[in-house]
Amino acid sequence: MKELAVISGKGGTGKTSIVASFAALAGDVVLADCDVDAADLHLVTDPHTQRRETFRCGHQALVRASDCISCGLCEERCRFDAVSRDESGAFAVDPAACEGCGVCVWSCSAEAIDFPERTSGEWFVSRTRHGPMVHARLSPGAENSGKLVSLVREQARQVADRDGRDLILIDGPPGIGCPVIASISGASLVLAITEPTPSARHDLARALDLAEHFGLPSAVAVNKFDLNSALSEEIESDVRERGASTVGRIAYGRAFTAAQRRGASVVETGDGRIAEQVRRVWRNVGRLLEAASPPYER
Amino acid sequence: MRVAVASGKGGTGKTTVAVGVAISSALAGIPVEYLDCDVEEPNGHLLLRPRIESSRSVGILVPVLDEDLCTGCGKCAEVCEYQAIALLKAPLVFTELCHGCGGCVLACPTGALREEEHAIGVVETGWAGDVRFVQGRLNVGEELSPVLIRAVKKTAGHGSLTILDGPPGASCPAVAAVRDADLILLVAEPTPFGLSDLETAAAAFRGLGSHMALVINRSDSGTPELRRFCEDQGLEVLLEIPDDRRIAEAGSRGEVPVETLPELRDGLEQLRRRLHDFVEETHAHAPDQAVATRAGAGP
Repeated sequence: MKELAVISGKGGTGKTSIVASFAALAGDVVLADCDVDAADLHLVTDPHTQRRETFRCGHQALVRASDCISCGLCEERCRFDAVSRDESGAFAVDPAACEGCGVCVWSCSAEAIDFPERTSGEWFVSRTRHGPMVHARLSPGAENSGKLVSLVREQARQVADRDGRDLILIDGPPGIGCPVIASISGASLVLAITEPTPSARHDLARALDLAEHFGLPSAVAVNKFDLNSALSEEIESDVRERGASTVGRIAYGRAFTAAQRRGASVVETGDGRIAEQVRRVWRNVGRLLEAASPPYER
Repeated sequence: MRVAVASGKGGTGKTTVAVGVAISSALAGIPVEYLDCDVEEPNGHLLLRPRIESSRSVGILVPVLDEDLCTGCGKCAEVCEYQAIALLKAPLVFTELCHGCGGCVLACPTGALREEEHAIGVVETGWAGDVRFVQGRLNVGEELSPVLIRAVKKTAGHGSLTILDGPPGASCPAVAAVRDADLILLVAEPTPFGLSDLETAAAAFRGLGSHMALVINRSDSGTPELRRFCEDQGLEVLLEIPDDRRIAEAGSRGEVPVETLPELRDGLEQLRRRLHDFVEETHAHAPDQAVATRAGAGP
């Protein structure tokens, strides 16, 4: 079993549209939407949910105001600025800032702080026209997106084992922080989607640094290349210089948005130039995947 | 006045709008600071081209063991909620899992754990013309972007307008960036992905007590669903930027579109005025609301 993780550094370069196209072209995959705090893959794959589970992770400190003796030890010891005093003098924890470390809970001399388990979202196993999909929804503003990503990937592996499917397509989040690290760790190949802007080029370099940091092979596709063909060429030459592969270019156009509005991928909705370019990228990625060793052999 | 620029979906034009408002404010003689809180992928510097004057390392305090003092009691591993300490013969610390809460050090009965700073990134400060510039830059391989975002925000307070350029998404880094803003300006695209991520972001930020308003980027005829959402949620649209290939091309040349396209310059100038009025009005009409009390609460 192999895993292709699609990331970008900068957001909005076309990760999800391209993953949906790959799913349609591959036909025999498991999809894993690992952009759990802004998940969109379900909008173009028409999933029928077969399993739905609550994601519980970590804890949340809650002061019982009636038992609080206002000693202030919780506020003093909290490293996350999550505790503050309200007008009545009682202390309260801001759930958005609490990291669930529990220090205030066992420090409280009046034992006035509860520490319930936190419900941080939901995850789903669904059926799509391209194969099974594991996806999730992090509760708005919740922590632990990295742990939810790891859970989605673990479930995707189980589904792939169960159904005898050889490839997992991971739609990753933007950035280089904890959910991105969880999305790419141990993958067979990291594919970064970029575009010819100074921002995307800068962010791509950091995303490829991250893949390299974890010893993962990487490849790059340039989307919207014709916005600035000269810069696209420079980016591709940077990529090859650092030992990563280039797998093709896709033109700027409205085909992706048009496909999105129809709830499908660009390779399903038209046979235009952009769809053909995406097919070529997929063929090149396929060759790299064939050559990549499965994660457990590396 | 603190204005956070956020989006849910990445690549909707947060930095373009945030930088545009900063430049427009500076031109109007308003003391303004721009804080890049997208510490995983900071891009504001590419448009503002600041002169960096100082750089400071930011870290978390992680435990270091003095084996001579350790009795192997295991209290440290017991209190750690992040499984960052495993108890073999002596405790073994996994720094990459540590959140720096300090619990283990407090729990150790023999003082065998002390704390050492583990660098996760830098905060850089400087000037871009008349705009005070601050950015955080997370080290590659580090996970705790909210810590660095809070460090960036602690440098605020050097202008009458503070612009917080946030990361995409709606989880802890995005919340850390927009928390305590007077106004959260959401930059949205009228596509199915754009609308879905806007809904997620609005839900995540709604409980924070800040006012929210919208900029629609790449606005075209396909916006009825987005408009309906704004009406339902009471979100005012402060600016619409047209879907124009010239803007995308200007961006690809690293130009600040506001400096290339006159119609955009006027739009951003209007946006700056509207932001100011918006915050004035909402404060005047709702002095007892969360925004007014939170404004002074710090990052």
